[in-house]
Amino acid sequence: MKPEELLYAKTHEWVALSTEGADKIATVGISAFAVEALTDLVFMELPKVGRQVQPEESFCEIESVKAVSDIYAPVAGEVIAVNSTLPDKLETLNHDPYGAGWIAKIKITDESSLASLLTHAAYQKQCEEEAH
Amino acid sequence: MRNTRDTKSLFELSKPGRRATLLPKCDVPARPLGSLLPASVLADLPPQLPELSEPAVVRHFVNLSTQNMSVDTHFYPLGSCTMKHNPKRNERAAAMPGFGDVHPYAPEAAIQGLLELLYDMQQYLSEISGLPACSLHPAAGAHGELAALLVAAAYFRDRGEKRTKVLAPDSAHGTNPASAAMAGFDTVTVKTLKTGAVDLDDFRAKLDDNIAVFMITNPNTVGIFEPSMKIIADEVHARGGLIYLDGANMNAILGVARPGDFGADMQHYNPHKTFSGPHGGGGPGAGPICVTEALAPYLPMPIVRKSSSGQFSLDFSMPKSIGHLRAFFGNTGVLVRAYTYIRAHGPDGLRRVSEHAVLNANYLLSKIKHFLPVPQGERCMHEFVASGADLKATKGVSAMDLAKRLLDYGFHAPTVYFPLTVKEAIMIEPTESESKETLDAFAEVLFRITEEDPELLHEAPHSTPISRPNEVQAAREPVLSWKS
Repeated sequence: MKPEELLYAKTHEWVALSTEGADKIATVGISAFAVEALTDLVFMELPKVGRQVQPEESFCEIESVKAVSDIYAPVAGEVIAVNSTLPDKLETLNHDPYGAGWIAKIKITDESSLASLLTHAAYQKQCEEEAH
Repeated sequence: MRNTRDTKSLFELSKPGRRATLLPKCDVPARPLGSLLPASVLADLPPQLPELSEPAVVRHFVNLSTQNMSVDTHFYPLGSCTMKHNPKRNERAAAMPGFGDVHPYAPEAAIQGLLELLYDMQQYLSEISGLPACSLHPAAGAHGELAALLVAAAYFRDRGEKRTKVLAPDSAHGTNPASAAMAGFDTVTVKTLKTGAVDLDDFRAKLDDNIAVFMITNPNTVGIFEPSMKIIADEVHARGGLIYLDGANMNAILGVARPGDFGADMQHYNPHKTFSGPHGGGGPGAGPICVTEALAPYLPMPIVRKSSSGQFSLDFSMPKSIGHLRAFFGNTGVLVRAYTYIRAHGPDGLRRVSEHAVLNANYLLSKIKHFLPVPQGERCMHEFVASGADLKATKGVSAMDLAKRLLDYGFHAPTVYFPLTVKEAIMIEPTESESKETLDAFAEVLFRITEEDPELLHEAPHSTPISRPNEVQAAREPVLSWKS
């Protein structure tokens, strides 16, 4: 997936939208900026399939040599799939954060939660400000 | 110079038959093991212990010890850890037979001296905190946090109140939310402002009648005395909640400000930080807690009491107590050291400790801020947090690189990457122990490092027995025991 075509949460998760039948699906991962800031990754805990999530709710955790960080659900919905091989291959997040490094798929239950997500350009701007 | 032969593991150095001591012949009749213990608990073979002579053991451990840095060998500005000098008189006191050689089952009449010391310690800690009741039981600072939150939970349960929310700022020590979770609470993080102070708008948005405890570190982890302390305490109390003070930074306010006076209902102490006990190495730690009168019935027991005739005893009859947290009376060795430190300084001396700790930190801040920005500004309490973010952006040099390179120059590194609210955080706490010359030398070396070739820094340290361990592999695939 091209980072320019994705939506972003302020907390550095990316969202790719797609449809499966009548359902609207959000594929979620973390941005290259976030992976860089986290430094060397050690562990990751995936969310449980079937879990209902709300925007800004911590739904899984990632641990680096520096700290444990929360990953927040960027949309409202139900977790319908997780990338179960990711925790054993965390280097995938360095190589391909927007593709093979996806974390979870969420079936969106409330589309209004998409409104607060940022475009790639707006997200880039936020990252530049954060770097200083 | 470096002796690497004798620092191999004791198992590798072992030779069959070597001994450090020769035991005299047994002068009582020996009985076969099988007649003393049932066969089911007897091992097939004796334990495979290493066998070495005394000089080999001494060389092994002395050489290992020289590979380490300590407050006895190096300036150790590890922020949040208060690595002050550990006075040697503390060790003499703790080794006195009346403290060091007592048996935990000794009758109270035989340990009146130790009990008096512990009773006095309860009084001193209460006086310093402004909180009238004290339990010396917890075994470490984080254990004290847990104990205090269990006390709070017992207090609310006793009042028939169901409260589940603990608030803690985003700059808090990671132990705060962990202790809250272990005591059955849910932690909600409160944002802090760029100034380091609690964001009152965010605090008020998250404060409700479900509040159990606000856990606050004051002075906080960026070295600022919380300017809204009274407002926060008043508003939490108005909702029926309690204030917990994380006492990690007490070294800044001894004899100057008392947590009980600025709104805290509970606090812990780290005797190994504030009162100069050793950080490890000197035996297990302690994390005494002090609380208000209203919370006193729930404290861990036993508490030392003094009768009207001057006898000291252990009080186990506390029906509302959260119970025992440790066997016997917790870890008294570090408490004897802390007591010695408090008595050696007296009330005015303790105040001077804090004044000098704050003066030293501000002196260093005034030198370092010119080449490493300090986001929280011009003044600090006992420590400050500089940011290596500019250096990272312009030269690719990280806070970790600076920290590692300092080792080459004979300084222990400051704390890095904490608190998480400051990018490329470098947290420096010089303590009162250090001279102006040491502080000047440290600031000069740190400046010189920021000017060095980035490549040299990425590979530092260059002079230690181990340079950079693979932290990722160590965390993911730890090797926890030696195998031949």
